[in-house]
Amino acid sequence: MRPAHVLAFAGVTALSLSALAGCGGDDKADASNAVKVTASDDKCEVAKKDLTAGKTTFKVTNKGGKPNEFEILKSDGKILSERENIGPGTTVDFVVNLPAGAYKALCSAGQTGKGPTQDLTVSGTGAATGADPRLTQAAADYKTYVTQKVDDTLAKTREFVAAVKAGDVAKAKELYAPSRVGWETIEPVAEKFGDIDPKVDAREADLKPDEKATWGGWHYLEKSLWKDGKAKGNDKIADRLLADLETLKSRLPGLTLDPVNDMAGGAKELLDEVATGKVTGEEEAFSHTDLVDFKANVDGAEKVYTLLKPVVQEKDAALAKELDDNFAAVQTLLKKHENGDTYVSYDKVGKADRKELADAVNALGEPLSKLGGVVAK
Amino acid sequence: MNDRSENGLSRRRMLGFSGASLLVGAAAGAGLDRVASAETGDKSTESGAIAFHGANQAGIATPVQDRLHFATFDVTTNDRAKLVKMLKDWTAAAAAMTQGHAVGEGAVPAVAVAPPDDTGEALGLPASRLTLTIGFGPSFFEKDGKDRFGIKDKRPAALVDLPHFPGDSLDPDRSGGDIAVQACADDPQVAVHAIRNLARIGFGVVAVRWSQLGFGKTSSTTPDAQTPRNLMGFKDGTENIAGTESALLNKHVWAGKGEGADWMAGGSYMVARRIRMHIETWDRTSLREQEDIFGRDKGEGAPKGLKRERDKPVLANMKPDAHVRLAHPDSNKGTRILRRGYSFTDGTDGLGRLEAGLFFIAYQRDPRTGFIPIQTNLSTDALNEYIQHVGSGVYACPPGVREGGYWGDTLFA
Repeated sequence: MRPAHVLAFAGVTALSLSALAGCGGDDKADASNAVKVTASDDKCEVAKKDLTAGKTTFKVTNKGGKPNEFEILKSDGKILSERENIGPGTTVDFVVNLPAGAYKALCSAGQTGKGPTQDLTVSGTGAATGADPRLTQAAADYKTYVTQKVDDTLAKTREFVAAVKAGDVAKAKELYAPSRVGWETIEPVAEKFGDIDPKVDAREADLKPDEKATWGGWHYLEKSLWKDGKAKGNDKIADRLLADLETLKSRLPGLTLDPVNDMAGGAKELLDEVATGKVTGEEEAFSHTDLVDFKANVDGAEKVYTLLKPVVQEKDAALAKELDDNFAAVQTLLKKHENGDTYVSYDKVGKADRKELADAVNALGEPLSKLGGVVAK
Repeated sequence: MNDRSENGLSRRRMLGFSGASLLVGAAAGAGLDRVASAETGDKSTESGAIAFHGANQAGIATPVQDRLHFATFDVTTNDRAKLVKMLKDWTAAAAAMTQGHAVGEGAVPAVAVAPPDDTGEALGLPASRLTLTIGFGPSFFEKDGKDRFGIKDKRPAALVDLPHFPGDSLDPDRSGGDIAVQACADDPQVAVHAIRNLARIGFGVVAVRWSQLGFGKTSSTTPDAQTPRNLMGFKDGTENIAGTESALLNKHVWAGKGEGADWMAGGSYMVARRIRMHIETWDRTSLREQEDIFGRDKGEGAPKGLKRERDKPVLANMKPDAHVRLAHPDSNKGTRILRRGYSFTDGTDGLGRLEAGLFFIAYQRDPRTGFIPIQTNLSTDALNEYIQHVGSGVYACPPGVREGGYWGDTLFA
């Protein structure tokens, strides 16, 4: 886990849970019926305030002297969608998928998040119209996959925890990395529940001073097993890890996943995890089982891509080809480092091999970052 | 390039023309550019944009900008079509960035769900006389015995592997590279933005091998300007070829037809050397000895025994191992190279010393008659006690891109 992600995901949880509706921002559909918005340094004029649910294009012109930011706020004050950096004298088209309800439009000159607002009323049931049934299916399939992976991590963590509690260091070490695989394939989804990720996957180096006393989870046990060579005395931490994962499982039924933010965005996050945490060997500082996590992250991202592929192929065949090639290249490269049914210890992977892995991850991460934009088209 | 509409605003347009700094920059740039355009066709617009297209690549005879970001790349694919496509994408991005425009759909496109094409840190900045100059290293043509792109037989004879020179202590991680890109600009952020965006476009086809920032120019290709000082405090390379000296450029810098590689006609060969300076020991050296080592006085930069920087040096006045004496064309059968180096300081080296020096860049018609004999002649240079060559590269820089063409099109045609 990386602390920044916790923050980022905590911030959008409400939005993402509201599913396909309001995931905002993004195609140029129906610009002819655009709602004109004139923003200035002290005004926010919206030409039409009673709107029909569904994709709505706002044509925002900044007539002020400062860069402006246009936001649609929900009735609870949370941001449904926003468009930043509208330069003085410029006009942008901003598309929002609006479910029925009451909203405020806000123009923030100077982009402080504060500024004049206008009340908007959205009625009708159009919000989900235009949703591609293939995407709806992909989201449903992805949820099944997430559930399977959480079940997998739970079952293997149960065995791992049993070994820790039995004081069997060798067995616990053997079961540690496999227990994390399920988690690592779907980590961005788990991170949507802001409280679970820090509990189960926090690394010592990322803790704030006041968090050290309550530190637990996988990496606590990792340090204990590899650095201190002990399993005993960790019963409470081990039980808590299992309990937290049970909590994760119990929350899954209420979860709605959308193809753009949760799937494509999550796949990008997984590659980011590889690029910043695994390639450097920071994630598994004591066990050096980074390549196991690496493989799980890539598999999780590839699953998302596979589910979205029919849509990607239709909308951007070149991107599909590039992703096919680069997923294959990374998987081939990972094979080089296989060791039986696991991977070589990352501290044995030399500089040139790490560079090769990093290059392959960059080569995949760049086109993968375009997935969301293509799916949202 | 394509339709930018309201979202692909040029950086200049976003800045507007009210910025005082822009006006100052434009005025300062115009003087230099007029000189250059008269002879070399390096045209520069009011906002400091240097023409991208032309017979020769910009960034060679162009008046030297203040800052450098130099990067080399290794090609990670064996697919020639992918490589050519990337070179085309790079060319489009380079043409846009050198004119002060953002890459692709810009940094703040209408569609917010995808990452922007342009990374954005140059928004609002003028073109800053950005030039991007590309070169191909020996390993581009053949690597580990493999002719990856079917261009092995097009490797120019002049693109030799540099020999080992006495005193070399080359770090392989700071040497070589299949492709080199020299980004020069008057604003470091503009130069870094250019390399960063090219690296990003290149992911999957190329990977950065090493890169170098240079913070201060050490050479001038403008005849009336004073030569800037290097980190030793000296003016070095006064006898540089100016961007206005067409005859000298044709004789010493631009490769011609019938020289073994016609695709290089109008191109040039670049030698890059990362030269570490032992500045701490240098600073403990007496002024007299420093001046003897260079063969110039420190204050004015005049050759030994003379008054002004540009007085014609009398080599016999200097010690036999003086740097200027050994590097001077008269000691090298008239050989001349166009220098375009920059000072660097990459933090410290862990031993309490500045990791500082000169990132030497020289362009020439043929390294076999340019850098190699000169560097060989410098083996007895008194300066060697205070410097060490720690990185090295040699690259064939193709001719300039014509409208509609792309970097390397004469090679891949």
